[in-house]
Amino acid sequence: MAGKSKEAEIKRINKELANIRSKFKGDKALDGYSKKKYVCKLLFIFLLGHDIDFGHMEAVNLLSSNRYTEKQIGYLFISVLVNSNSELIRLINNAIKNDLASRNPTFMGLALHCIANVGSREMAEAFAGEIPKILVAGDTMDSVKQSAALCLLRLYRTSPDLVPMGDWTSRVVHLLNDQHLGVVTAATSLITTLAQKNPEEFKTSVSLAVSRLSRIVTSASTDLQDYTYYFVPAPWLSVKLLRLLQCYPPPEDPAVRGRLTECLETILNKAQEPPKSKKVQHSNAKNAVLFEAISLIIHHDSEPNLLVRACNQLGQFLQHRETNLRYLALESMCTLASSEFSHEAVKTHIETVINALKTERDVSVRQRAVDLLYAMCDRSNAQQIVAEMLNYLETADYSIREEIVLKVAILAEKYAVDYTWYVDTILNLIRIAGDYVSEEVWYRVIQIVINRDDVQGYAAKTVFEALQAPACHENLVKVGGYILGEFGNLIAGDPRSSPLIQFNLLHSKFHLCSVPTRALLLSTYIKFVNLFPEIKTTIQDVLRSDSQLKNADVELQQRAVEYLRLSTIASTDILATVLEEMPPFPERESSILAKLKKKKGPGTVTDLEEIKKERSSDMNGSAEPASVNASAVSTPSPSADLLGLGAAPLTNSAPPPSSSGSLLVDVFSDSASAVAPLAPGSDDNFARFVCKNNGVLFENQLLQIGLKSEFRQNLGRMFIFYGNKTSTQFLNFTPTVICSDDLQPSLNLQTKPVDPTVDGGAQVQQVVNIECVSDFMEAPILNIQFRYGGTFQNLSVKLPITLNKFFQPTEMSSQDFFQRWKQLSNPKQEVQNIFKAKHPMDAEITKAKIIGFGSALLEEVDPNPANFVGAGIIHTKTTQIGCLLRLEPNLQAQMYRLTLRTSKEAVSQRLCELLSEQF
Amino acid sequence: VCSCSLSCFCLYFPRYASLYFCCAIEDQDNELLTLEVVHRYVELLDRYFGNVCELDIIFNFEKAYFILDEFIIGGEVQDTSKRSAVKAIEDSDMLQETVEEYMNKPAF
Repeated sequence: MAGKSKEAEIKRINKELANIRSKFKGDKALDGYSKKKYVCKLLFIFLLGHDIDFGHMEAVNLLSSNRYTEKQIGYLFISVLVNSNSELIRLINNAIKNDLASRNPTFMGLALHCIANVGSREMAEAFAGEIPKILVAGDTMDSVKQSAALCLLRLYRTSPDLVPMGDWTSRVVHLLNDQHLGVVTAATSLITTLAQKNPEEFKTSVSLAVSRLSRIVTSASTDLQDYTYYFVPAPWLSVKLLRLLQCYPPPEDPAVRGRLTECLETILNKAQEPPKSKKVQHSNAKNAVLFEAISLIIHHDSEPNLLVRACNQLGQFLQHRETNLRYLALESMCTLASSEFSHEAVKTHIETVINALKTERDVSVRQRAVDLLYAMCDRSNAQQIVAEMLNYLETADYSIREEIVLKVAILAEKYAVDYTWYVDTILNLIRIAGDYVSEEVWYRVIQIVINRDDVQGYAAKTVFEALQAPACHENLVKVGGYILGEFGNLIAGDPRSSPLIQFNLLHSKFHLCSVPTRALLLSTYIKFVNLFPEIKTTIQDVLRSDSQLKNADVELQQRAVEYLRLSTIASTDILATVLEEMPPFPERESSILAKLKKKKGPGTVTDLEEIKKERSSDMNGSAEPASVNASAVSTPSPSADLLGLGAAPLTNSAPPPSSSGSLLVDVFSDSASAVAPLAPGSDDNFARFVCKNNGVLFENQLLQIGLKSEFRQNLGRMFIFYGNKTSTQFLNFTPTVICSDDLQPSLNLQTKPVDPTVDGGAQVQQVVNIECVSDFMEAPILNIQFRYGGTFQNLSVKLPITLNKFFQPTEMSSQDFFQRWKQLSNPKQEVQNIFKAKHPMDAEITKAKIIGFGSALLEEVDPNPANFVGAGIIHTKTTQIGCLLRLEPNLQAQMYRLTLRTSKEAVSQRLCELLSEQF
Repeated sequence: VCSCSLSCFCLYFPRYASLYFCCAIEDQDNELLTLEVVHRYVELLDRYFGNVCELDIIFNFEKAYFILDEFIIGGEVQDTSKRSAVKAIEDSDMLQETVEEYMNKPAF
């Protein structure tokens, strides 16, 4: 079938497709064999990458054949080619049902494979109740049990809500004791996934898993016969059991715990034994078990002896000739470094890791080495590690430079005993990798210099020297401009850095810089006027030049005009007050750390101290995002914000006005690196909140989220209540409200962080302050991440902040209403929707919903008393939009017609969408 | 063996003679064992086809699927015993038509 060229292949295939089509359409009924042959050909053509739009019915017919091969091809075709929406799904499900009931193990196997491969919701609906019965029935064959266990797992993964928990769960746990190792292997996968979601129900699996594991690791290599893989006893099952144990804390029963410790020690001992085979399969399988055991040791984080042994084992791998092992060892060591028991042991490998940075050929391994250096860094080795990272940065791959810059910046700040070292390090960073130094990094160095007066003189001197270089990075000009503007006076006594020399140095860079940097430099100049009255006229001359006063860029021009004017008319006292040194920034979480978390995902950058710190830093990390430049922004004069030097460069580069504060402080609050997809049912819940403000937004077995909200004009406040339904603590509990890029300019949300620990049975509350800036379509997403009993939970729901919440009802007479109605007759202002009633058509409920929607309900306005008419005004910060609505029920047809008229098309559209969902 | 990290999963491309394999795994999956999953699958193919090559899979692609199904369901290893998997495949081959049946089919 493979043609010489693409065209020839297509030609040949089209010919074959035509042939098959004619056979299927032909008058003569095809026998099973031919049908199978053609269906198989279609499948092959599909796998070659061509579309197949027929033959599905024939494949479904094959399912009910009694011949195994025909049935088999039918199932294969269905598994590969039938998507869940197919209308054939009913026929398929019927055939599967027959095969499941056939008690023929081969047919049952085929049916189970098909369900597992398709895994659609429809199949889950049809079979999620049936499969657990097959799984635990006493007379089911082993091979069918295996398939049933994994089939159920697949359905649970795609539609957990459809798999009922029940009596079978306790019997499934006992499959861990099954004679047949294949059954145990399949069941362990199922139990692990179920236990992650329902730890309580599967608690008993811990002791069973430990005893099973113990029997495997102590067995001789021949005991398990066919389950021994290259002299390693049952590696797959061992890894799965170790993974199951990672769903739980260390066993409480001392006997079980002791037995598990023995197992783990045995696995570690075996790693030291000479290999039983030279084959790579032997060492891969053996090390796979070893790494999983180390993961469990790290997860338990309770046996210092095991942790240190694990660390030493990994240390050996760091120098192994297999790249895979070096990579995995570096990766596991990163997590070991965050345990207080093994942190010191990890540190002893610092030289090897630094060497890896220099000699590894594979970039992904070098990247892991950087991660590990970061994780093992503490006060004792910070200077060495930072120096090595800076060294490496000069030659590092472009893809990881930004991350290294962030890491260096964080470590330098965190472990700076002496802040002159910190300033040197950051300036080095800018020199070596200026392009990769993000705004957060240079904002941070300025925050620190401003907050610590012991380093200001040194910083001024150092930036002054660095600026002497003939070519320096623009980021250096920014830092230099800012720092000299604040603290240039501290070095002005030295004739080599007199005011005029400082000014000329900065101004020599001016014309090479981008607009935001030039704006910053202009602010530096006006600060100089205050610091150094002796060069005032020089600066005024510069400001007065045409290139400034008539600059094409409005921001630069405005600054030049205003600064010039200010320097001319203000007395020295006023100048001194207006241009006073910046007040210290409030202490808060480093914005750089937040950025790194955003890059790598939370959890990957935590280390020992950070875990301890996390609580406190989160607290001041995201509180009141606007307060950094509050002093500047809240000043009433429109030009005042240009004078607050701190605010000027920042607001300038901040894209949406709503986030100007958060840029500096808290990238974290909108960062949630891996946001979970919306929880099932979230849309339904969302719709229920369109016409009401209070209620339960989300609920699962662990968590309940309740809402209470109030809105007035364009402002609102929402209280979110998070209830822990379990008896176990939630850790690192982090709810985050996320606005998409489209939504962000229109909706201003401020949240206060909540305590990262939520005790069992407790409820915590979070306040969201809401400001509607302009009309909007989408809803913000509430993402919640936390750890529960060792598993990471991540879920998202839509937060019901909708445009109609900013409605103010307006009463008006019939005459007024129709006059306005006519005024809004432009076709773009009207949006209409005709739809079927989803709820009983009750006039009273409808009225309540329209009032709940926010508009006034106007009685006796519409000539037809059965119709509903409403009016109101949407308040946004920028504008107010009048809205009229009319709802016409048709009881016979069980339909509604809804018409919205507003002055803005998008508003009509959105309100119509929202309200249509309600009836 | 090359591994490249994509946002949430890794791809592994081990190579066996003329055959290339590709599997997507999740963050917490055991990477080394994934290599052995592929190896075990190759062993099963070898056992069935006798030193498997590209053409075996082209001409018997459905068999390659059936063997994979015996080994892995829904992304999880079902049974790691070579004997069980091979036995299942051989059993199913016993259910194929006899040669007479085959010869008596109408021509294509």
